[in-house]
Amino acid sequence: MTLSVNIKKSYPGFTLDVSFAASSKRIGILGASGCGKTLTLKSVAGMVKPDEGLISFGNTVWFDKAKKINVKTAGRNVGYLFQNYALFPNMTVKENIAAALHGAGIDKDRDKAARDILKRFELWDIKDHRPDELSGGQQQRTALARIMACEPKLILLDEPFSAMDMFLREGMRLELVRLLDEYDKPVVMVSHDRDEIYQMCDHIILMENGKVIAQGDTDEIFEHPLTPTAARLTGCKNISRIERINDHRIKALDWNGIELITDEKVTEKITYAGIRAHDLIPGEEGVNVIPCGRVMISRLPFEWYVTLENGLWWKTGRDLDDSKALNVLPQYVSIPPEKIILMQ
Amino acid sequence: MDMFPLYNSLRIAGISTVIVFITGIAAAYNVVKLPRVIKGILDCIFTLPLVLPPTVVGYLLLRLMGPRRPFGAWFMTVFGLKLTMTWWSAIFSTSVVIFPLMYRTARGAFESYDITLKQAGETLGLSGPYIFFRITMPYCKTGITAGTVLAFARALGEYGATTMIAGYTPGKTATISTTVYQLWRTNNDGLAMKWVLVNIAISAFVLLIINLVEGRRSRIRTV
Repeated sequence: MTLSVNIKKSYPGFTLDVSFAASSKRIGILGASGCGKTLTLKSVAGMVKPDEGLISFGNTVWFDKAKKINVKTAGRNVGYLFQNYALFPNMTVKENIAAALHGAGIDKDRDKAARDILKRFELWDIKDHRPDELSGGQQQRTALARIMACEPKLILLDEPFSAMDMFLREGMRLELVRLLDEYDKPVVMVSHDRDEIYQMCDHIILMENGKVIAQGDTDEIFEHPLTPTAARLTGCKNISRIERINDHRIKALDWNGIELITDEKVTEKITYAGIRAHDLIPGEEGVNVIPCGRVMISRLPFEWYVTLENGLWWKTGRDLDDSKALNVLPQYVSIPPEKIILMQ
Repeated sequence: MDMFPLYNSLRIAGISTVIVFITGIAAAYNVVKLPRVIKGILDCIFTLPLVLPPTVVGYLLLRLMGPRRPFGAWFMTVFGLKLTMTWWSAIFSTSVVIFPLMYRTARGAFESYDITLKQAGETLGLSGPYIFFRITMPYCKTGITAGTVLAFARALGEYGATTMIAGYTPGKTATISTTVYQLWRTNNDGLAMKWVLVNIAISAFVLLIINLVEGRRSRIRTV
């Protein structure tokens, strides 16, 4: 089933203008906050009405401005996981799920159906609790159970882990993947966290400032972002304007003008190069050797960000002794030619 | 002591509160969804009776409903009933005066309502009425209860507009407030005082209920 979106919506000071089509089972929309990704998701769900354009899923048209089609949210049969989960606060876990079953038209055997879902989502023990008595993880599980009770055709996840404590996220991600796999429904997920998107989606759409800047296979996009914005969204820390010297040689203008050899052919169109912070190798062997100069170190619990004198960021494991750090840091680092990302 | 004024006040306040409960909530619920400019204009109109002197409200109602005025005359010919100087005339004046209280508290409640709950209901295929009565209204319960009780309390005390449109006829249109005025005017201090005490007792009781409701709301907030 292909989800096809081609819409425009204007607000004062912001215009959403997105266009994509994807038939993957796991679609991810990645972008910084305020880029319009949630707005896009809400348009797909029918909560936001675009000014113009078309939205269709499979053979069903949900929105078509030209033909004046706008299927209401209730008629689209999508499951939407809200950032705050939007559980009905006056109802218990069981009542929340029963409400969803009622919405799906399951009135006979509703009690039995509710019991099945409660057990399947491991909510049986907390079925009589109200949402404000649940932990973040339990709330999410309840929200997901409520969605699945409706047997949606498409599941939309809006920043599913943003309301969750850091240390819970990793576990919840695995659990969400398991539950989604179990139900095997197409999913569109929106997030500003590239790790989440990378882990959960096989097709990604990168958005910036209301527009789609890149889309495609997740591995492809992460390995080879085509533009500096795409590279930055996928977490590439070092990006520089370049001057082409020859087919395999560039001059990096923002890194003190160092010259680098590349594996990939440098075409006339290439104007930027990127290096991922963890791709730098300490030592002065090989090609593309870069002097460190005076460095600055940003200490994180398990890794260090070292800023070289020419502005390059180098991410290294914390195997260096803290007290002797400045002495043991290498004089040189190098970058393998195949690791240099060339961009337009 | 003739208890008719108490009975009359309670039935007028009760019926007016029911009317305003429905119309005030409907108005508030729909105004919240409107674009800002229209919202501002309607908000102004709906709140006006709160700041106008009740005599102005009474005067406007008389202009509309008096036996020789357009609406009053039409009503007379169609239903054979006059709209002024009957006990239920006071329902019109009281409803208009207490409407803003219900409308404003309900609007406040709807404005703080989490819109994603409604949207969640829609994605789950729930109908509009189901969402309104089973999710929205319970969510806004405390605000709406406080508004209702406040409106009822104000309805019991309504004097100005009521005296203009319903007058004071003992045993027919007399309410507590018009009775107190009449007794004072005729130097019947003792009886006036009794009615004053009755009025204070009822109002204090109603305000006590408001406090209990509001107290519960603040506890919920801190959870």
